[in-house]
Amino acid sequence: MTEIHLAQLLFARTALAPDPADGSFWMPPQVSTIAHSVDWLFNFILAISVFFFVLIVVVMVVFVLKYRRREGQTAESSPSHNTALEVTWTVIPVLLVIVIFFFGFKGFLDMATPPANAYEIMVEGQKWKWSFTYPNGYVDENLHVPVDRPIQLVMSSADVIHSLYVPAFRIKMDVVPGRYSKAWFEATQPGEYDLFCAEYCGTGHSTMLAHVVVHPPGEFETWLDKASDFLATMSPVDAGRKLFQARGCTQCHSMDGSAKTGPTLLNVFGRREKLSNGTTITVDENYIRESILEPAAQVVAGFEPVMPTFQGRLKDQEIMAIIAYLKAPAEASKGSSS
Amino acid sequence: MAEAISAPGGGAGVDHTASDDNYLTHGKGILSWLFTLDHKRIGVMYLVAILSSFFLGGVFALVLRTELLTPGQTIITADSYNKMFTLHGAVMIFLFIIPGIPATLGNFVLPLMLGAKDVALPRLNLASFWLWLTGATVAVASIIIGAVDTGWTFYTPYSTTTGTAVIPMTLGVFILGFSSIFTGLNFIVTIHKMRPEGMTWFRMPLFLWGIYATAIIQVLATPVLGITLLLLVAERTLGVGIFDPALGGDPILYQHFFWFYSHPAVYIMILPAMAIMSELVSVFSGKHIFGYKFIAWSSIAIALLSFLVWGHHMFTSGQSGLTNMIFSALTFSVAIPSAVKVFNWLATMYKGSIRLAAPMLYALSFLFLFAIGGLTGLFLGSLATDIHLHDTYFVVAHFHYVMFGGTVIAFLGGIHYWWPKMFGRMYSERWAQLSALLIFVGFNLTFFTQFVMGSHGMPRRYYNYLERFTAYHQASTVGSYILALGFFVMAGYLLHSLVAGERAPANPWGGATLEWETSSPPPYYNFKHDLRAGDPYDLDALRWDPEIKGYVRKDPGSVLLSPGEAS
Amino acid sequence: MSEHDHASVDGLAVDHHFENADQQYQSAKLGMWIFLATEILFFGGLIVAYTVYRANHPEVFVFGHHFLDKNLGALNTVILICSSLTAAWAVRAAQLKQIGMLKLMILLTMLCAFGFLGVKGVEYHSKWKHGLLWAGSYHPHEEHEGSAVRENAEGVGEEAAATSAAVKQMEAAPPTAPAGPDRSAIPPAAEGPAGLAEPVVEPVDEHGFAAEPANAQIYFSIYFLLTGLHGIHVLGGIGAFAWLLMCAYRGFFDSGHFTRVDMVALYWHLVDLIWIYLFLLLYLID
Repeated sequence: MTEIHLAQLLFARTALAPDPADGSFWMPPQVSTIAHSVDWLFNFILAISVFFFVLIVVVMVVFVLKYRRREGQTAESSPSHNTALEVTWTVIPVLLVIVIFFFGFKGFLDMATPPANAYEIMVEGQKWKWSFTYPNGYVDENLHVPVDRPIQLVMSSADVIHSLYVPAFRIKMDVVPGRYSKAWFEATQPGEYDLFCAEYCGTGHSTMLAHVVVHPPGEFETWLDKASDFLATMSPVDAGRKLFQARGCTQCHSMDGSAKTGPTLLNVFGRREKLSNGTTITVDENYIRESILEPAAQVVAGFEPVMPTFQGRLKDQEIMAIIAYLKAPAEASKGSSS
Repeated sequence: MAEAISAPGGGAGVDHTASDDNYLTHGKGILSWLFTLDHKRIGVMYLVAILSSFFLGGVFALVLRTELLTPGQTIITADSYNKMFTLHGAVMIFLFIIPGIPATLGNFVLPLMLGAKDVALPRLNLASFWLWLTGATVAVASIIIGAVDTGWTFYTPYSTTTGTAVIPMTLGVFILGFSSIFTGLNFIVTIHKMRPEGMTWFRMPLFLWGIYATAIIQVLATPVLGITLLLLVAERTLGVGIFDPALGGDPILYQHFFWFYSHPAVYIMILPAMAIMSELVSVFSGKHIFGYKFIAWSSIAIALLSFLVWGHHMFTSGQSGLTNMIFSALTFSVAIPSAVKVFNWLATMYKGSIRLAAPMLYALSFLFLFAIGGLTGLFLGSLATDIHLHDTYFVVAHFHYVMFGGTVIAFLGGIHYWWPKMFGRMYSERWAQLSALLIFVGFNLTFFTQFVMGSHGMPRRYYNYLERFTAYHQASTVGSYILALGFFVMAGYLLHSLVAGERAPANPWGGATLEWETSSPPPYYNFKHDLRAGDPYDLDALRWDPEIKGYVRKDPGSVLLSPGEAS
Repeated sequence: MSEHDHASVDGLAVDHHFENADQQYQSAKLGMWIFLATEILFFGGLIVAYTVYRANHPEVFVFGHHFLDKNLGALNTVILICSSLTAAWAVRAAQLKQIGMLKLMILLTMLCAFGFLGVKGVEYHSKWKHGLLWAGSYHPHEEHEGSAVRENAEGVGEEAAATSAAVKQMEAAPPTAPAGPDRSAIPPAAEGPAGLAEPVVEPVDEHGFAAEPANAQIYFSIYFLLTGLHGIHVLGGIGAFAWLLMCAYRGFFDSGHFTRVDMVALYWHLVDLIWIYLFLLLYLID
């Protein structure tokens, strides 16, 4: 085992990252507890690869130059078979890949085994938005975590397969409908990092981004308390706007007048809409509530009945806030028109 | 029945004068081509069809790379982009690279290397070609009716719920699968049953070992793709629920089924390329191949091991740690035979007499590019690093290095090597060198930058990307334009050679395999005489004849089957 | 290009690219065996799906197989085994140039194949009548009020969920034991020609028929996929035998050329073998 530690030390010295926090030529900053060992392994494999690549290319170039065909010269006779050589150049790569496999497996086991006291956050992926549910029930569109604390993500998808990927932490795990998948990490540096969806999921796959906000010691709890209370601390319209953005409505409903997968909700309140069943209704509080809870019941003509239901995912108060937000321009314009 | 040995010009056996009546001119009119049973004509038709597919897939790639010049929208919308990368993958893989070398060079060269008149089942061969045409038509038709946006991997549940033309595309691929199966079947039977006198298994050219190992995979793996695609269609049309969690199904099961074929499929792509490499390196080093037996066995080993590693595409899918461990370990095992082949080829060059003709330039490019491709596979086979690199541009770069830098480069080498045999013409060496250089430089610029992007976290299949990746993407796009230029140059000089190229002798390169024992191009019946096989790498048995500007056998009788030896 | 027939001793015509008749025959035979290997892998995928689901949810398969009539399944097995016999006999007849016997054996094989499809049709019809179809169309019809059938897993379309939860009028069916708290009211066996269907339910455990498990529809998805794919292959076989019949009438086999009969018979034996496995896997679960 000491040989391995020695090897690790030697390679750590020659690693390409002078300061892990800045990232290197190959890698983003190392911001989690396992990032260092992943980068170490990457550099180890890189060193082996560079060695063999240089060997192959140099030998090739030397042979081409040295044994270039010259006038009147034919190839020297040399054996077409050499057991000792062939065995050697088989056995050495075998030993090397065994070592690589071993370190890869060991690192993976660490990544797959969360500590017992991990702080659990539920994650839901849907086309094309992430939502993070904190233990107190608060749902946010970004992942906030305290620094130096193991975090376990319990994840599921509402529709197709997504994948949660945080390059700075070196973690990735597919998010699958119908089952829960887990990933854990412990962030080592406060800051803001990118979170990507890494499994192709349709039109908005490349915009299904989130931020991981790592809070300095003591600040996470403060943030969570303040954010959870948004229904009480914000006006209903502001709270509704926040929900509208955080809960994925904007993926399909624009607020600029353009139709997307769903109709635009700009000035929707009070609008007369033709439904797919031929009838016409006026958009009021009831229709909005029904569209959120039973979206397939009355669909606007010209749109597909693809909206997922938010039954059980939005509290009554939250629905009221959204309704207030959607009413707001209408009320403002009502006030100003004569 | 062996005929008496005599031919004009004193050289017994081989007709060095290029005949005006060869397989290209024997029988005129389009129907004589479409209904031909001649493996050479079928090979040429496949060549045209497959290179057209490469062009189509390449155009899609250029559109993608142009879109990626800037982070947001550049020339197309997100939906169009998603369809474009799906089509690029599907066309390149199913229409171009899987049939690729076997259907074109394999069909043309295999019977000739065996001294035979045709493959074992010529009608089946024609059927394979018609199936290719049908499948390709259905797949391309799906583009016209709205195209597909699932990625070439068709992962469920996205592929079972998206509104795009998944069914026509999957049916097209299903039909193409049959084309592949029948080609493989034909090659296995031909190699088993039609080897000439003297060609025991270990006297077979390594090109045939590679084609044979490929055929084994084609025959065993493709049916699994077939059933997977049928299940996908059944899921979409009937709702059988097998991949739908809402109906009790499992979307990960789809991934297992899909990759059970698609991993061996990548060896369908690389084994023929390695097969070509053995021929090129030996002939253009003027030396017997080094380590024949190992290379032969390694082809079979790769074919069999390839069936055991599919799970390495699914390390982040949520499968158990034990599963991940087993697949990672097996993945490393399949790397070893490939690495050792590279060493064998280098050893072949040692103390050789190396000519840098166009085929050899491609062989050397292969060594450089395949080394990178293969070595970067180590990062992906290793669990801890794969978690970070999976579904990033690192993977995209890796597979382009092996599929393009490996298979396509070797394919180009093979085309340049057998071009004189197929069409009776030599092409311009100067232009070929320029093209090879453009392709080499363009390729590295396009794809090496993608390794760095990927390890920095740039995910794949992304229409939009963060500002900090812009420089990498722009460099990559410039590289792709250089690459395209190289191919246009190639098309130019190759087409030019067909009309104005110097007439080719029977054996321009000095190969010792049997296809060089007939004229360039061959007559429709392949050989004037029945042949017996010697050592396919006994290059000393040949000498340069300046009169015909080609190679001849020092002892022409050595490959002729004497009357008493007829089997 | 002109055909250069090497007429050899036994009158077989040899294609120009072969050295002799034996090479031609051996090539055809090897080719057909490889094709059969691809068929095994093709079905193998579905067998793997079956294995995965059955390993994870054995109760679904135990429940589902009660709706298959073992007697009809056994009848079909016997029919196919007989058809394999007649197919093999046809090969022998072709080898011996007994054209009359050859035609008869081909016809009998086709008759058996049609018979097989007929029985399958009866079974499918019964499933369809009772709504026991693949997952997306699974609407089992209950017998009467108070049924103890549990609701299907959530997520099956609104209509399906409503169907399974609601009380529905049951169309005429053989009377079964009254439904109880742990007994399904769905009639267990296919309706068939009188005397073949089993009207009495075989109890699975001491309480009688277990209640319908979640995701029971998966069993029927797999059933229809496997037997449907097999049925398509039976149809293909019928087509191949029809072709052979045509060849026989055109005098193709008069000279003793039996290879193509041999090849089609090989294919047919595999179709038979696959059915035997399906019978074991789908019908004979306990």
